[in-house]
Amino acid sequence: MSATITTRQVGDVTVVDAAGKITLGEGAALLRDQVRSLLGAGNLKILINLGEVNYIDSSGIGELVSSFTTVSNQGGQLKLLNLTKRVHDLLQITKLYTVFEIHDDEARAVRSFS
Amino acid sequence: MPGTVDTLLESNLESVDSAEALCVDAAKQLGLDEDAGMDLGLAVREAMVNAVAHGNKYSPNKKVRLVLEPRADSLRITIADEGEGFDLNRVPDPTHSENLMRGSGRGLLLIQTFVDEFTVKKSAAGGAEVTLVKYVISD
Repeated sequence: MSATITTRQVGDVTVVDAAGKITLGEGAALLRDQVRSLLGAGNLKILINLGEVNYIDSSGIGELVSSFTTVSNQGGQLKLLNLTKRVHDLLQITKLYTVFEIHDDEARAVRSFS
Repeated sequence: MPGTVDTLLESNLESVDSAEALCVDAAKQLGLDEDAGMDLGLAVREAMVNAVAHGNKYSPNKKVRLVLEPRADSLRITIADEGEGFDLNRVPDPTHSENLMRGSGRGLLLIQTFVDEFTVKKSAAGGAEVTLVKYVISD
């Protein structure tokens, strides 16, 4: 399954629903373009929903890190929602699990943005 | 048992996908469960991306050699490029605090995590030749 990225607005938080494969090429590039586009439009509260991401490689992980840094540098917040076991394990292996603020309940995640 | 494969692949992302699929299929035929097969597939993907992108720099004039050697107790995969090679000991640790927020550099860590043996040497063409071995544990 190739990647799809869609966005929806919940209050002042933009939820980015990612699905499929976030790997070098299409998936990681789609995610990067979407986050850059949101920032360009002034959306600084971004919640990336990874619940339907069944596969991610080091490029996809790197894109999450780069997006986190880019958003933070512009004064925004980027958080993660609904990690699959696979994504969870990879964030543990790469020691990035504590870098991101991770939620498993969307309503609570939305409320957590300051 | 699946047969040995020895093939030359183009330096593009389609080759990454096909190498991964080939190895996952061989792992399945050898009896590896789905999770172990997926782990191996990711390791192969990372090694192929290194060969295609970092080694051969997507050059249409350079190939990646993929060799699959299924054995009763393991699957041995060798991936060789025509780049400049690399020294595993000089690759920065991506989990070190000063590298943690880098946007790349985690591929070798994932390969080493998901296979049982991993070696790097110079290929005959002067590039990197990496060998990944996944053990097949019989019941």
